Amino acid sequence: MRWLKDLLFAGLLFVLGDGKPVEAVEPIVPPGPPDRRAERIVLALLGLASAGAIGFVVAYAVDPLPHRTQYLGLALGVSLASIAAALLIVGRRLVVTEELAGPYPGREDHAEDRSAVERIVADSGSRFTRRGLLKAGAAAAGGALGLALLAPLTALGPVFSTTPFTATPWRRGRRLVGEDGAPLRAADIEQGTFYTAFPEGADREAMAAPVIVVRLDPSQLHLPPGRAGWAPGGILAYSKICTHAGCAIALYRKPTFAAREPRPAFVCPCHYSTFDPATGGTVIFGPAGRPLPQLPVTVDRSGVLRAAGTFSGPVGPSWWGVRSRKAQSG
Amino acid sequence: MQAVVTRRRALVGWLLALVLVPAAHAGLPPSGIVLPRPSPHTTPHELGLQLYAGNCARCHGSAGSGVPNEGPPLAGVGARAADFYLRTGYMPLAQSGEQPHRSRVLFTTRELDALVGYVASLGHGPPVPRPQPQRGSVARGMTLFAQHCAGCHQIATEGGYLPGAVAPPLTGATPTQVAEAVRIGPYLMPHFSERAISNRQLDSIVAYVEHARRPADPGGWAIGRVGPIPEGLIAWFVAGTAMIGLCLLAGGRLHR
Amino acid sequence: MIRAAVRFLDERSGTAPLLRKGLRYLFPDHWSFLLGEVALYCFVVLVVTGVYLTFFFDPSTATTVYHGPYRPLQGVRMSEAYRSVVDISFSVKAGLLIRQTHHWAADVFVVAIVLHLFRVFFTGAYRKPRDLTYLIGVAMLALALLEGYLGYSLVDDLLSGMGLAIGYGVALSVPLVGANLASLLWGGAFPGTPAFWSRMYIAHVLLLPLAIGGLLAAHLFLVAARHHTQFRGPGRSERRLVGTPAFPGQAPRSLGLAFGVAAVLVLLGGLVQINPIWLWGPYHVAYATNGAQPDWYLGWLIGALRLMPGFDVVVGNHTLVPNPFWGGVLFPGVVFGFLFLWPAIERRITRDHGFHNLLDRPRDNPWRTATGAAMAGFVLIVFFAGSADRVDVLFGVGYATQIWVYRALVLIGPPLVFLVTWRACRELVAGEQVERARRAGEADARARV
Repeated sequence: MRWLKDLLFAGLLFVLGDGKPVEAVEPIVPPGPPDRRAERIVLALLGLASAGAIGFVVAYAVDPLPHRTQYLGLALGVSLASIAAALLIVGRRLVVTEELAGPYPGREDHAEDRSAVERIVADSGSRFTRRGLLKAGAAAAGGALGLALLAPLTALGPVFSTTPFTATPWRRGRRLVGEDGAPLRAADIEQGTFYTAFPEGADREAMAAPVIVVRLDPSQLHLPPGRAGWAPGGILAYSKICTHAGCAIALYRKPTFAAREPRPAFVCPCHYSTFDPATGGTVIFGPAGRPLPQLPVTVDRSGVLRAAGTFSGPVGPSWWGVRSRKAQSG
Repeated sequence: MQAVVTRRRALVGWLLALVLVPAAHAGLPPSGIVLPRPSPHTTPHELGLQLYAGNCARCHGSAGSGVPNEGPPLAGVGARAADFYLRTGYMPLAQSGEQPHRSRVLFTTRELDALVGYVASLGHGPPVPRPQPQRGSVARGMTLFAQHCAGCHQIATEGGYLPGAVAPPLTGATPTQVAEAVRIGPYLMPHFSERAISNRQLDSIVAYVEHARRPADPGGWAIGRVGPIPEGLIAWFVAGTAMIGLCLLAGGRLHR
Repeated sequence: MIRAAVRFLDERSGTAPLLRKGLRYLFPDHWSFLLGEVALYCFVVLVVTGVYLTFFFDPSTATTVYHGPYRPLQGVRMSEAYRSVVDISFSVKAGLLIRQTHHWAADVFVVAIVLHLFRVFFTGAYRKPRDLTYLIGVAMLALALLEGYLGYSLVDDLLSGMGLAIGYGVALSVPLVGANLASLLWGGAFPGTPAFWSRMYIAHVLLLPLAIGGLLAAHLFLVAARHHTQFRGPGRSERRLVGTPAFPGQAPRSLGLAFGVAAVLVLLGGLVQINPIWLWGPYHVAYATNGAQPDWYLGWLIGALRLMPGFDVVVGNHTLVPNPFWGGVLFPGVVFGFLFLWPAIERRITRDHGFHNLLDRPRDNPWRTATGAAMAGFVLIVFFAGSADRVDVLFGVGYATQIWVYRALVLIGPPLVFLVTWRACRELVAGEQVERARRAGEADARARV
């Protein structure tokens, strides 16, 4: 146990000092008057810091504790803030704040070293006769190696193929199913509301998968040419992904009193692009630059909704080939 | 001296005006609402008829027939719609075509019951729904809410914008009102019949909306539950100010 | 004790002369010179809290079903990434505190950088020989924005998932090569391969922190090598720097600032809820919520995306410039281009290639101050346009009307800000001259008496 006694004694000496006078040397940092009040405040703050840290551990350990996060944050925050305050008081009151002058490095202070560097590099090339050619060769080798090392990065994705952007999980005959997987029946599609549907058996998280389905009065429809028959009984299906930047079009507005209220429309909640289902998904407000792709639907013999093909165009935000390429059935 | 007397008189005049004008207004019924003085013998149906005539017929026509360009017909909307629109204060609407919003209900309970009963009598329509949120599941409700409602009302029911309207926050809605609104689809809101959202699913949605009125907020002060806008305001005006304050403390010098 | 430690260090590394110089390194004073340090300490908090979060976060898009203590998500299908963050928030004791502190630190990190950038810009501190330091700083700002975006997108909640989809739309909008670029990053069309999450994760926890850290080290080294700039004052000149030595004067102040910054962030992390992802729910391609916003430092981009009128630039049947390009690529490109090129532009216009160690007061250089203010006004107008929908919900001011007003403001606002700022600078300087002349006249009169 003697070692323990020695350790404690050494610790005490360290804290209290050993009584030997400090050697008298010319001070580099000028002395300043003491501020015992500031010292007391600093000690109090350090005590508060310790209390806060202990409080943090207590708040961590106690079970159960409602609002634990608040207690943890307060305790640790108070502890850190107390240390901050203590340090700031030390800085402002207990340490001599000297205002000293020094030089800024100038512009030409290293002129000699700079020219020496230049000369070292120039002198080292004294044995070369085909400098230009060698530089060109090194550049070619370096460039080629760089390209070679970049090549494996093309495996990150099908960089040169844009097929992924036109692929869709829809094809003729595919049934539309709801969130719960049950097929959508035409008779269940009412006016004045909207339904989200997916291709049966396909991955729902592909952008080209979800569609919004609504029913409008057939006499109100003015679909683009070539889409007669795409909307049996006024049932319309459009891609649910906004053609602006790719958010899901999760809003449908319908007028309760058509005489005084705006006509039915899909709205994207990201930047408020608004699409008119009666005219083939044309943009009537907002920054989208392209109409919403429409999915042709038919009603089969048992009254279930099926796709009659794939979308009128690629789904999602616009890119180079979005108007020149066709959506692919999948 | 004369100037002081004049100023004092003017002051008294203004004070009287400030007191008397609102008092005079208090005696009148609030603008737009006609409240008949019923006798003890007036039946609820008669009271409803009088209230309807005074407050609704201008836009909705006599006996709920509707008025072109002013208001839709009410025949067949049932107690459900009347109960919803009247108890939220959506109706009476000051200006036809503007968005109804939640406002102070200026009818008494007796008057409301009478009016709802009268509108319900105008045709066979659905009764006031009785949702049972305790039978639903909050988790199921949150998923259904995300699928059908969050696009307009925001996932934490804090309300949202769409071209043509503002979808109101749902924090003030009672379970009955939520159920009514889902089935009716007021103003620009789509309606969801029992085929689209079953009664059991509606119970779950109501349970979720109820839960969202008082969520747990374990992270502390909830600052609106809409995400980054209030967070950014705090980052700039609370933290930014604190940081500048800290710099002033740390950088201040003795001689300045 | 100190003697033994210093001897140990110097015998093995020979750095005592460096230490001696370093202890007495001079810091010119002004509170605004500490804003960069605030950013530095935010970064330290980010790294420390971030490391803790990596011990619990699962960067996987594999789906799972939640069975933890948070009732509204019971039985809900979600990705492992989202599930791990919900667990950090509800099932790890100090998890929510650390998560919120981390997110607040990210928001405040960019606030501090922007404040620091304003100070550097409006005092001309970016002039030679500190132009390289400045460029490194602007690069760090850009990386900080990307780092923050990736960080909150890793959680796979509804809000950040919508933000990733928009990022995808913006990538696609790059003319000609947008689809190839997006295909490379995502590994195909959105939502991409599961490997996309690995890429985001490694970029966020390793590549970008290393890049920012490396640039930070270079930035600090350059500041120290050339010494910090100072305002004009008695005894100060282009060759003579007056300040407080690092030790003992500056050290407790800087250390105090560090603890203070950490305290503010921890207090926010415990008391003010941020990014409550359990309220948003997991992301699905077919889901969206109203009122979704990116974190504040990307708010300027959502404003820009919403302000643009709806058109794609189409040539034949090829879509040359899809709509998101203007707000998502060109606008930030112009702003960062301005920031990067400004020192060179100013050098070209003023033909001043000299070294500057003394700072200008903003009023002393009206052209620079007015240009900077106009640019900041431009960004701020677009930034506020991004909040127009919530303003409509809260205050009833029509969204469509606001958008038209902001479009007009974007065009007339910056020139107006330029003129007003320029005029204000001139007036302030003229006022000082008048004051000085008046005092000189009074002193003169008193001397004669």
